[in-house]
Amino acid sequence: MLKYLIRRVLQMIPVFLGVTMLLFILRAPGVLPGDPVRMITGERAISDTLRAQIVEEYGLDRPLPEQYVLYLGNLAKGDLGDSFQKSRPVVDILADKFPNTVKLALAAIVIEVIIGISAGIISAVKQYSLADVLTTLSTSILVAIPVFWLGMMLQLFFGILLKRWTGDTIYLPISGMTSNRFPDWAHMILPAITLASVSTAYVARIMRSQMLEALGQDYIRTAEAKGLSRRAVIWRHAMKNAMIPVVTFIGIDLGAMMAGAILTETIFNWPGVGYEIFVAIGQRDWPVVMGGVIFIVFAVMIVNLLVDLSYAVLDPRIRYGGAAE
Amino acid sequence: MSDRDDLRHDAHNPHTHDESPVDNGELRDAAGHSIKDQSRSLPIPPTDDIIADGGRTLWGDAWYRLRKNKLAIAGLVWVIFVILVTLTADLWVKPYFGDPLAMDTTLGANLQPPSADHIMGTDKLGRDVFARVVYGARISLTVGVIAVAISVAIGLIMGALSGYFGGFLDTLIMRGADVFLAFPYVLFAIALIAVLGPSYRNVFIAIGILGWPSIARVFRSSILSVKENEYIDAAKAMGAGHLRMIFRHIMPNAVAPIIVYGTMSIGGAIITEAALSFLGMGVQPPTPSWGLMLSDARPLMVRAPWLMLWPGFAILTTVLAFVLMGDGLRDALDVKMKD
Repeated sequence: MLKYLIRRVLQMIPVFLGVTMLLFILRAPGVLPGDPVRMITGERAISDTLRAQIVEEYGLDRPLPEQYVLYLGNLAKGDLGDSFQKSRPVVDILADKFPNTVKLALAAIVIEVIIGISAGIISAVKQYSLADVLTTLSTSILVAIPVFWLGMMLQLFFGILLKRWTGDTIYLPISGMTSNRFPDWAHMILPAITLASVSTAYVARIMRSQMLEALGQDYIRTAEAKGLSRRAVIWRHAMKNAMIPVVTFIGIDLGAMMAGAILTETIFNWPGVGYEIFVAIGQRDWPVVMGGVIFIVFAVMIVNLLVDLSYAVLDPRIRYGGAAE
Repeated sequence: MSDRDDLRHDAHNPHTHDESPVDNGELRDAAGHSIKDQSRSLPIPPTDDIIADGGRTLWGDAWYRLRKNKLAIAGLVWVIFVILVTLTADLWVKPYFGDPLAMDTTLGANLQPPSADHIMGTDKLGRDVFARVVYGARISLTVGVIAVAISVAIGLIMGALSGYFGGFLDTLIMRGADVFLAFPYVLFAIALIAVLGPSYRNVFIAIGILGWPSIARVFRSSILSVKENEYIDAAKAMGAGHLRMIFRHIMPNAVAPIIVYGTMSIGGAIITEAALSFLGMGVQPPTPSWGLMLSDARPLMVRAPWLMLWPGFAILTTVLAFVLMGDGLRDALDVKMKD
C-alpha cells in the first residue's frame, strides 16, 4: 500500500511540473503577444518606476529557467500574487471562498449518485420501456445542453414564474447562499441540480450500459436458475459488478465539478472560487483569474489523487497488482 | 475525464485478401486502396446490412447504415439546415427581419416582446433578436469548425509522431497530453485567453489548442493497431518513406475514428465558445454570439424572459445535432468507443 502511494505521488510530479510550466509559459515575456507586466497589474496605467519594480520583483528580466524556478518557489510558498482590485493576497481570497465551492460540489455529487444510478438501473432493468426511452432521451439532451442556460431556465421557472403563478408563496431562491426568507439548504437546490446535470446524465448512461452487460452474464442466469428472486438478482449480483465503472466516473467527476463550478456559481451568484474568477474577469483582475485557475487545477489534481488512493484501499487488485494505469 | 475521451479503434484488417490471386503482385495497390478493402473484412452484422458482393465501399456501407439511424439523420438535416440558413442570411434576414447590429434608440423600441415585426422580440438596444440568433449561428459554426480543424491538425501531427516513431518521443508527447488533460477544459481556455486577450480569433485558437490531446490519442492508438500488419512491412520493403507510410498506408485506417471524434468535438467547441462568451472571455460585443446574448439576457430575466429562450435553444439543438450525428457515425463506421 505504501509502495503504491509513493508511486502514485511520484507519478504526479511530471504532470504537476508540466501544468505549472504551461501556466508559467503563458505569462512569460516574448512567448505570447501579451505583456507579462500587464498580467500582474491589469490594464491600469502604471508609472515606469512601478513597472521597473514589478520587473525586478518577478525577475522578468532574468533568463526563463531562472524565472520558472522563482515562480515555482512562489507557488510552493502559496504565493499567487496580489489582487490589485482588493489589495489582498489572491490565495487568501480564494481560501475564503473554497469551502463554498466544495459544499456545492458535494451536494451535486449526492444528486448525481441518487438520480443517475437509479435512472440507469431502472432503464436497464426495464429496457425499451417508456422509462428507458425517457431516460435515454433526456440523457442525450442533458449532454448537449449548455449548463449555464439550464441554470437560467431553472431560475426562470422555479424562481420567477412559479413565484408569479403561486402568488409569492411557493418558489425557490435563485441567488446567493443565505437569505432571511429561506433556510440555507434551499439556496443550494437549484445550483446543485445545475452543476449535477451533465454528470448525472453520464452516470445514468454508464450505469445503464453496465447493468445491461451484467444482466447478460452467465452467473446471472445461474442465480435466476437457482431460484433467486428478480430483486435479489438485480441488487446483489448485477449491481455489484455494474457499480465499479460508475464509482470510477464519480471519483473523476468530483474534480471536474470544482472546475464546472465557474459557470454554475456565476449564474447563481454563489460565492465560491468560480464566482470569484468570473468577477475578476469583469474587473480584468488577472492575478485573481490566473491564481484561481491554478488553485482549482491543484484542487482537482489532489482530489483525483485521493480518489485513486481510496481505490487502492477498496480494491486489492490495484494494491497488489500494481496496475495503476 | 480522459477515460471519456479515450477512443479505441477496432483494428480492421485491410489486407485479409492479399493472398487472393487477383491481388497477387499488386501489393502496393492493395495497400494503397485499403479504404475500399476494409468493407470486405468488416464484421458482418446479423442483419442484411451488408451484401457480400464486395461492390460497396466502407463509405457506401457506412452511409447505408447511417441512413437507417433516424436520430443521426435528424441531426444531419438540422446541421445542413443551420448551414443553409446562415449562408443565405444576408439575402433574407437583413432585408425582412432586420440587421443584427442595427440598434433602435427610439423610445420603447427596446425589450419588446415577440410580435409580428420582431418575431423573437428585441433586446436592450432595440436589436432584432431573430436576426441576432441567425447570425449567431455563423459565429458558433465558424468557431466549432475552425477550432476542431486546429485540434485535428495538431492532434494528427502529434499522434503520428507519437504512434509511428514511438520511443522517447512517444513518452514525451503522451505525458504532454496528460498535462493538457489534467486541466479542466474551460479553465485552461480562460487562462489562455487571459493572456492572449479576449477576442473572436483567440477563442478558436484557445479551443483548438485544447482539443489536440484527445485527437492525438485516437490517432496514436489507430497507428499502433495497424502498425504491426504485414502490409506495413511490405510497404516498408518497397521503400515507402515515413510520410508516404503515414498518409497513404496508415491514415486511411485511422480516418473513421477521427471523423467520429471530430464531429462530436464540434458540438463541444460550440458549447465552450458559448460558455467563454457568456463569461466575457470570448466573442466581444456587439458581435452576435449565442453565449454573449445569454449573458446580456441574464440581468433582464424578470423583465424580458424571451431574450434567453432562443439563443439557448439554438445552442442546444445545434450541439445535439452534432452529438447525434457523431453517435450515428460511430455506429455506422463501426468505431469502438468507451462510454
